[in-house]
Amino acid sequence: MENFLQQLLNGLSLGGIYALIALGYTMVYGVLKLINFAHGDLFTIGAYVGFTLLVSVGITDSVDPMAALIIMGATVMLFVATLGVGLERAAYRPLRHSPRLSAVVSALGASIFFQNAVMLIYGARFHVYPQGLFTKSTLSLFGLYLPLVKVFVLMVSLVVMTLLYFFIQKTLTGAAIRAVAIDHNAARLVGINVDKVVTIVFVVGPALGGLAGLMVGLLYGQITFTMGWLYGLKAFTAAILGGIGNIPGAMLGGIILGIIESMASAYLSIAWKDAVTFVVLILILTIRPTGILGERIAEKV
Amino acid sequence: MKRPVSFNPLWVFFIVIFALPPLLDPYWVDVLNNVGLYAILGISLNLIVGHTGLFNLGHAAFYAIGAYTSAILNTKYHMPILSILPLSGFTAGLFAFMVMRPIIHLRGDYLCIVTIGVGEIVRIALVNNIFGITGGSNGIFGIARPELFGYVIRSPHQFFYLIWIFLIITVVVFKRLEHSRVGRAFNCIRDDEIAAQGCGINVASYKLTAFVIGATWAGMTGNIFATKMTIISPESFSFWESVIMFTIVILGGAGSIEGTIIGAFLIIGLPEIFRDLSSARMLVFGLAMVIMMILRPRGLIPPKLRSYNVRSILERDYSV
Amino acid sequence: MILLAVQRITKTFGGLVAVNNVSFEVESGSIVGLIGPNGAGKTTVFNIITGIYRPDKGEIVFNGQSITLKKSHEIVKQGIARTFQTIRLFSQLSVLENVLSGFHCRTKSWVFGAIFRFPWERREERQKVEEAMKLLHFVGIERYYNLPASSLSYGNQRLLEIARALATSPQLLILDEPAGGMNEKESAELIELIRRIRDRGITVLLIEHDMNVVMDICEKVVVLEYGSKIAEGTPEEIKRNPRVIEAYLGTDGEER
Repeated sequence: MENFLQQLLNGLSLGGIYALIALGYTMVYGVLKLINFAHGDLFTIGAYVGFTLLVSVGITDSVDPMAALIIMGATVMLFVATLGVGLERAAYRPLRHSPRLSAVVSALGASIFFQNAVMLIYGARFHVYPQGLFTKSTLSLFGLYLPLVKVFVLMVSLVVMTLLYFFIQKTLTGAAIRAVAIDHNAARLVGINVDKVVTIVFVVGPALGGLAGLMVGLLYGQITFTMGWLYGLKAFTAAILGGIGNIPGAMLGGIILGIIESMASAYLSIAWKDAVTFVVLILILTIRPTGILGERIAEKV
Repeated sequence: MKRPVSFNPLWVFFIVIFALPPLLDPYWVDVLNNVGLYAILGISLNLIVGHTGLFNLGHAAFYAIGAYTSAILNTKYHMPILSILPLSGFTAGLFAFMVMRPIIHLRGDYLCIVTIGVGEIVRIALVNNIFGITGGSNGIFGIARPELFGYVIRSPHQFFYLIWIFLIITVVVFKRLEHSRVGRAFNCIRDDEIAAQGCGINVASYKLTAFVIGATWAGMTGNIFATKMTIISPESFSFWESVIMFTIVILGGAGSIEGTIIGAFLIIGLPEIFRDLSSARMLVFGLAMVIMMILRPRGLIPPKLRSYNVRSILERDYSV
Repeated sequence: MILLAVQRITKTFGGLVAVNNVSFEVESGSIVGLIGPNGAGKTTVFNIITGIYRPDKGEIVFNGQSITLKKSHEIVKQGIARTFQTIRLFSQLSVLENVLSGFHCRTKSWVFGAIFRFPWERREERQKVEEAMKLLHFVGIERYYNLPASSLSYGNQRLLEIARALATSPQLLILDEPAGGMNEKESAELIELIRRIRDRGITVLLIEHDMNVVMDICEKVVVLEYGSKIAEGTPEEIKRNPRVIEAYLGTDGEER
């Protein structure tokens, strides 16, 4: 039972990270109907920017840990968001009225570009986050031994997701994003600046992805230039699982996937854990072809 | 009145290519061999992606099944490698039929993630030495060279003819398939599923057919790959391979065989030309993918409308 | 003889009743019109007949056989073809190939036939190309045979859809607003065409907003409002029916 609860916490913190990345996929998909394959690499860049701040800049030397975390989070989000906006301008906007699969190839190309850019700057080997920030502290709760960093990661992702939910549901900008997701032309007719909405989405999505990268660095300590592919794929799976384009769906999908994965590696086999994830995905899609929260789209004839 | 002569520059291209190997060193012939293999894979994927409009990013799985079938039957049961060619295709096709059948109704991007998932499941299964026959991450080595009429194919120059003749057969088979009732049914599904049903096309069954044909062909290509390499391992069938095949199809021009061949030249050939850039090579490659798509969003050679010989009918029945 | 019988069909979309207990019959060899204000459920009825939607209740009987549970592509094979309100052509195929696609359910050539091109396969293909050209001639757009379908004018696209539907050799042809987007001259030609289709022995069921077209060619008219049938009869009866006048003109319709 205790082991189960430990695994549950592992799953929840990992799931929170998947959910943050998945939100970027699902928001971009919502407004552009494009799978942004470069999103996983933006996540990697977030992890590396965090690494630079910690190791090269030595941010913990000048400020206390809490402030350091806030500064790191803000810098990473700002930097990756800038890249995201640039990516959309350079690689996606010129293809907005082209066949959809052409934009997918452009996204795959951008992914290769970012991945190799990280490799050229940092080298191909693993990089290790210094473990000073959380000093291996643990939280004791109901006799359970909870590493502080996991609780922290889970809390941050929950807070960010709640904020995003209110941003999308309650603000005017959020309403504009939802409108563009439904119909570009209709949104334009009611006076929404579609380009601006797309830019906002490419600020928010990549910022969340970059933040997730930073959290993976803090949580697992080890980062590498290729890590974006597997995290990206899992997060994309999570977005599909929840119903792509659906924001609560991405959150739910991420959490479910994180739990499935840690349970699979604990009780089944670590070597097969990724396969288990995909088998579950295929089974769920067989029963619900548009994901758990995805709407059943009856085609207008 | 003269009948319109249909002339395809593709055949001139093949004649030129076949004259090349004696002039090239083995290294460049091997590059041509890889181009040929990817062109075949591209054409098989083109049927699924370009013609039927199904988003498949897991084609490497079918390629892997064919290659492993060949490798296992050859190394364990010593069957002559080329005699397994049809069987490699059959296993890959059967696999495609079984896994795609329950999920063939998934729409666009949902199908995409599922094909990626199938590709990953196959790769993970190979790495984990499933049934104890795939050799884990080391793979299988000692696969025999092909023998044709008592003549062993060994050097890149000899493989060139095997691969490129197979490519020509592929082009003929897929051209004929395209230009037929079945090919039109695939295109109808791509353009409008509801209207396709309205023409009496069983959409699910034709989608599955496209997958099975494409997978069968990729499986046979896997056989040739296995005998060319004599050693195969799971890393030859990663997601990256599926991405390359997909890019070849879209960059060349979805639905166009000529485009797919040109696409294979670019995607396999370009990195060779950038070899001097060494570590920055893939950076440039990624950038080139983005730029090429922006410059030619419909691909290098978009498919042309198929032409039918109706002039005689027009003359006979009514004046135009 | 009754070719098609729609029997008490009901269809709801999440609480909204799109079609409510609608019944009507189509005589073999007749031209029947289905009319009603926007949102009356006309297209939904067509989608149920052609198997795109399944009714919640009720039965569709064609040629004495229930086709309620049949799939769309099977229903075409039984002999019901249709066109769509929002034109649905195969946009990347040529005009000729769009019609050839319509022959799909009446031809057999399969993968191996395509690859090996047996003599009978070639013969079937040649024959269908010829029949397709005849159908294009029949609707009057044969000169565009080698253009992309998407390059045709709106009116010609509608004609091409009709040709493609005819290629399935239907007994019943269902037309969803065939005159939509056509000018006066074109719709006059369309009326002529629909008559010629009927003269080929094909029964026609159509939705149309252009009352001139409906009153001119239909032998029977069925009127829907808010998903329910409110009237049925000859064009003359329908023109005088107070409920229909009310539905179309609001409550001040007495003057008509």
